[in-house]
Amino acid sequence: MPRREKKIVVIGGGLAGLSATMKICEFKVRVTLVSFQPVKRSHSVCAQGGINAAIDTKGEGDSPEIHFYDTVKGGDFLAHQPLARDMCHQGPAIIRLMDRMGVAFNRTAEGHLDFRRFGGTLYSRTAFAGATTGQQLVYALDEQVRRHERDGLVQKLEWHEYLGAVVDGAGVCRGAVVHDLRAGNILAIAADAVVLATGGPGQIYARSTNSTVCTGSAAASAYLQGAKYANGEFIQIHPTAIPGQDKLRLMSESARGEGGRIWVPRNPGDNRDPLKIPEEDRYYFLEENHPLFGNLVPRDVASREIHDVVYNRKLGVGGQPTVYLDLTHQPPEFLERRLGGIIDIYRKFTGQDPSRVPMKIFPAVHYSMGGLWVDYESDGHGMVDHRSPRNQMTSIPGLYAAGEVDYQYHGANRLGANSLLSCIYTGLLIGPGIVRYCDNLDKGRDAVPSSLFDRAKKEWDNRFAEIKRMNGRENPYALHRELGDLLLTNVLIVRENKKLLETLDGLDGIEARFKDIKCLDTSDWSNPTPSFINQLYNMIHLSRIITKGALLRDECRGAHYKPEFDLNQPDRFDPHEFIDYLEKKQYGPPREEDYPPGHLAYMRRFEANEEEWLKTTIAQYKNNGPEISYEAVDLSLVTPRPRKYD
Amino acid sequence: MTRETIALKIKRQDAPGAKPYWNVFKLPSLPHANVISCLQEIQRNPVTADGKTVTPVTWDCNCLEEVCGSCTMRINGRVRQACTALVDILEDPIVLEPMSKFPVVRDLQVDRSRMFENLRKIKGWIEIDGSYDIGEGPVFPEKIREKAYALSQCMTCGCCLEACPQFTLTNDFMGAATFSQVRYFNLHPTGAMNKEERLEAVMKSGGIADCGNAQVCVEVCPKKIPLTESIAEIGRETTLQLLKNLVLK
Ligand SMILES: Cc1cc2nc3c(=O)[nH]c(=O)nc-3n(C[C@H](O)[C@H](O)[C@H](O)COP(=O)(O)OP(=O)(O)OC[C@H]3O[C@@H](n4cnc5c(N)ncnc54)[C@H](O)[C@@H]3O)c2cc1C
Ligand code: SF4
Ligand code: SF4
Ligand code: FES
Repeated sequence: MPRREKKIVVIGGGLAGLSATMKICEFKVRVTLVSFQPVKRSHSVCAQGGINAAIDTKGEGDSPEIHFYDTVKGGDFLAHQPLARDMCHQGPAIIRLMDRMGVAFNRTAEGHLDFRRFGGTLYSRTAFAGATTGQQLVYALDEQVRRHERDGLVQKLEWHEYLGAVVDGAGVCRGAVVHDLRAGNILAIAADAVVLATGGPGQIYARSTNSTVCTGSAAASAYLQGAKYANGEFIQIHPTAIPGQDKLRLMSESARGEGGRIWVPRNPGDNRDPLKIPEEDRYYFLEENHPLFGNLVPRDVASREIHDVVYNRKLGVGGQPTVYLDLTHQPPEFLERRLGGIIDIYRKFTGQDPSRVPMKIFPAVHYSMGGLWVDYESDGHGMVDHRSPRNQMTSIPGLYAAGEVDYQYHGANRLGANSLLSCIYTGLLIGPGIVRYCDNLDKGRDAVPSSLFDRAKKEWDNRFAEIKRMNGRENPYALHRELGDLLLTNVLIVRENKKLLETLDGLDGIEARFKDIKCLDTSDWSNPTPSFINQLYNMIHLSRIITKGALLRDECRGAHYKPEFDLNQPDRFDPHEFIDYLEKKQYGPPREEDYPPGHLAYMRRFEANEEEWLKTTIAQYKNNGPEISYEAVDLSLVTPRPRKYD
Repeated sequence: MTRETIALKIKRQDAPGAKPYWNVFKLPSLPHANVISCLQEIQRNPVTADGKTVTPVTWDCNCLEEVCGSCTMRINGRVRQACTALVDILEDPIVLEPMSKFPVVRDLQVDRSRMFENLRKIKGWIEIDGSYDIGEGPVFPEKIREKAYALSQCMTCGCCLEACPQFTLTNDFMGAATFSQVRYFNLHPTGAMNKEERLEAVMKSGGIADCGNAQVCVEVCPKKIPLTESIAEIGRETTLQLLKNLVLK
């Protein structure tokens, strides 16, 4: 039987969308690639530090298995293990592929790929192209996609925004509704399957390290259409960013990977020039509190430490909530070669040279571990069946998700340089499965009645007409700022139930005011305002998912920290004790005297907490808000245990 | 230099072909402000200095840290990225205009698709066999890598084209960024396998021969891409290619 000619719509041209497009094209399937802006300008270009793969070029004994362990431990065991494992095992192949595609990765003296240290691991596992790795990776994929475009397999719809999926009566996704951001018209595109590779939601905080299009709006729209959203409350706060009105610019973890040290003056109110503060008056708190990992503890740990030092202990530089990130001990040529990109950013935005003066940094919203729930199929041997149509499919059949918009690789906290990996990995993984899905469809897109598309288009036409008629008193951009401020104040590093409850009320207030918005510009041509109002609506819903998930999760896990529920790990606790405890338990009740004082009680607390909370949060849209339920995590490979980085 | 307020004088245009006009806005001057944060402030309060409520100004941006290439415009007469244009070091009033060498879409937005088309013309990619795992890429020295990296940071912003006297709204001159990309792909051991095709692509009308060597391009490039070197090298290579073609034909 001749195979039906297929078409897939990919939304988003960051690393995930581009790699999915490239892979799908290799099956000679046509792709319509939709993106807010030219794909080459996608948010992924911001990634600085690098991409992980356990290639072990430095003879440290690294391996994909260790990478896997570091990843699930870093994520506080909330990641699905076969997926994380498969990703780590694919890491080396992905780097080799990107290398073949011409990415200007830094090299060793022998001309092989060089690797550097990153957070949450003791191995040099991060391949990098200066400090603009994301840009280099995007360009290489963009180039391959351009090649497929020349061959007629890819049709790009840049300056088009995804509004929603076209879902038929049986709940199957049959296409996508997109909005031409220039001409202003709305069109429904028929497709055999749709991929959302639309990135993260940092903009709901208004100020973050994210780019301006990172509103999470596409994911929220899928959720509003019934797709499950998972682990929303896990928002990564990166420890090191610099202030700005429009953006909090990141100073990559690679700065610490290349020797950067975090410190504050030991004495509050010590306002001396940092270079004049002698070693003994400097408090290198990460190094002192975590001698093993030092400055390279995972991000959740580092951000909490900084929070503690500046807010609880009032040791922030000049009384401000900032700390020093110091690279002044490294030779300027070394910094230029390995960190040029971020050194440049710091110079351009602060006017100061990090090779001469310590940088002043503070934590900022950075990444969402959570995202659209997607499926996968294990191969029964602790890895993923790469041909399965279930891989990366959301709970709406035919609607897939890849990249930061999905949820299941990083658990409760993502390790640095694992995101670029998961973006490319999921993009490539989608290929074979989605093509099989299309082949298996009972009917292709051409057999779907056109009335379905007409109706979907009409709905969105009406929605936009309604938005344009909004003539209230609220400015949508100002309201967005307020939304961001609300979340920045209450849903950040340290969370409290009382404040989270207030935030939910606050969100209701913002939603009420949303109805009173004025659409500032009602013209048709290249008018971003109606589009933004629609995004704002979606952002409000996404904020609810995050806040409610955080409110209900009464524990501390990875980036989600509620002091009230801290299990207070005793000093000198060794995670292996817990494994030992689990073992001994099988032969009778463990005895107090087998463990240092307090340890057994802690392990019992830990065990009870795991029992209650080691599960995936699922949000589903019901009655204008998220209904939260929980699902099991696939823990088939390693036993979860208390995390420790000292 | 701290000022209490800052004025923005912005050249606007509602659509392609429409008549441009100017709006002046007065804003409070905030710490760490850049041109983008000012434009965002105008979105929150789109009222001109003389009290008229207008539509918010439109512009392109994304990364806000000078790596996506979106936000190119003319600021106080000079083409540059708006995200790195810090208000504190700009002269008051800040005059914003769209680039003049690309068709205006609306206000400060322009259409730069010509740049992407040029990348297609020069076959700006490495011809890999496929994305399956067939082992390592070519081993090559860090020195070459450094050279390539300097070129690979070109973010297709168009500053070099806006400044170039040869590049106009209506001609087909490819411009420095494109020539530099030819050099970039030809530097890579695998890329070099298609070197001649790329050289041929810049030997046609609008190609390297039209470059007047004015070298203003290199002065305005925000990423400090060594454009002069690229132009010289591609110039040499195309001359050689021309000779080769003569001999072989
Ligand atoms: C400053 C910074 C530095 C980072 N550094 C690193 C690092 O060193 N290593 C690492 O591993 N990770 C890093 N990360 C994280 C990583 O960059 C991102 O998680 C990753 O790039 C996301 O890629 P993506 O393909 O999922 O989405 P994106 O790159 O965000 O792309 C999303 C795409 O979807 C499009 N889109 C979105 N919504 C719509 C819509 N409604 N309609 C149409 N199109 C839409 C956009 O136009 C874009 O093309 C960093 C992040 C930041 C912010
Ligand atoms: S050297 Fe002069 S003519 Fe040639 S590209 Fe640069 S600015 Fe244009
Ligand atoms: S060469 Fe420089 S100025 Fe020209 S497009 Fe590239 S980055 Fe921009
Ligand atoms: S917004 Fe990306 S370069 Fe300015």
